[in-house]
Amino acid sequence: MKPKIVSSLDSAIADIPDGARIMFGGFGGAGFPNNLIQALSKKGVKNITAISNNCGTREGELGVMFKNDQVKHVICSFPGPHANYFQERFAKGEVTCELVPQGILCERMRTAAAGLLGFYTTVGVGTEVAIGKEERVLDGERCILELPIHADYALIKAQKADELGNLTYRLAARNFNPIMAKAAKFTIVEAEEIVPVGAISPEDVITPAIFVHRIVHAKGMRFAG
Amino acid sequence: MTEKARLTREQIAQRAAQELYEGAYVNLGWGIPNLIADYLPKGLTVYFHSENGILGMGRRAKPGEEDFDLVDAMKVPVTLIPGASIFHQADAHLMTRGGHLDIAVLGGFQVSEKGDLANWKIPGSKGSGGIGGAMDIASGSKKLIVCMEHNTKEGAPKIVKTCNYPLTGLECVDTIVTDLAVIDVTPEGLALREIAPGWTPEEVQTRTEAKLIVRNRVPEMKLV
Repeated sequence: MKPKIVSSLDSAIADIPDGARIMFGGFGGAGFPNNLIQALSKKGVKNITAISNNCGTREGELGVMFKNDQVKHVICSFPGPHANYFQERFAKGEVTCELVPQGILCERMRTAAAGLLGFYTTVGVGTEVAIGKEERVLDGERCILELPIHADYALIKAQKADELGNLTYRLAARNFNPIMAKAAKFTIVEAEEIVPVGAISPEDVITPAIFVHRIVHAKGMRFAG
Repeated sequence: MTEKARLTREQIAQRAAQELYEGAYVNLGWGIPNLIADYLPKGLTVYFHSENGILGMGRRAKPGEEDFDLVDAMKVPVTLIPGASIFHQADAHLMTRGGHLDIAVLGGFQVSEKGDLANWKIPGSKGSGGIGGAMDIASGSKKLIVCMEHNTKEGAPKIVKTCNYPLTGLECVDTIVTDLAVIDVTPEGLALREIAPGWTPEEVQTRTEAKLIVRNRVPEMKLV
């Protein structure tokens, strides 16, 4: 098997082109692939579509990508109270935004991961979220059709990765990471620790290696507030 | 005319805490609901759920014991109680939508007489707004309680015939706890269950756009 481990953050993201659709893990300051985001920002990738729960904390997390005008469209549930760089560009029309209810964001990614073409949900019926979506009645309930969210890449953060790409996560730093790992065509992981194959008990693996394509070792980077 | 005293935000939380029961799985939203954990009746064990993948959230972490991989939905470092579990965000919302949570408590801008909820965007506000987990939570909890002030700062009613703020969910609210009243959404309409100490049902009605159903004597809220 082609080795998945690369030696630098820059090489981990070197082939991500302008215009890519990229999922970014993380929630509430935990589990963000901040080292990969910094490398991607430094590379100067432009016009990406970002799929993430929120839009950064000032310059931290995805904030730097908005600050440097690298995102043209974002799909998220909650930009966040400190996503000032996103809000500035959104106000000027430099970035567009699709707001998705958080659990539906998860399920649309899982739909992509599972090779399904859509699902019906009561979430969002009668709200702005339902605009333009097919509505029908199932089992007596109004529901709307939601479609999968695909991505070219997922950038995620794991606690441990073995050399094959089996992953574990620490506490609530798990959040969106295992979902995105499965949904994207190509998943790049920054891991706090890389361990030999067999060092993670099979029953403790949270993300099986089949979903992981590239791994880089990086000590977690966190942004306050 | 000076208004009578209303409940404080803390007292709204305190009254809402009385709606929780032993062993319940509970999600608390932003704002007043987030204060409820501080007012749990003594000896009551409930399992707090957080949308980022925690069941069995304990108190907030004290200075020095914070673990920033263990935060609640408001980014605050928390602790776990015995029996807690961790899972990913999709399972966290499978719990909210799928009818697995016993009680969810959300903040609100408006609730309609049918129990429609608006709580994510103020019309005309600048910026993108943000939905977060509110629509999922509103759609599937066994019981949805909304905690909010009864009126806006300008005095406009927040319990209305029809919401004119962007909606979070249709016919999803079961109970409203405000600084003036506890109100149940019933098939017949909004039933006034309790009123704030010193207030009359008529006074609460004049501060409410939707019609309140008053059955017999309405007791005052008990705040210990």
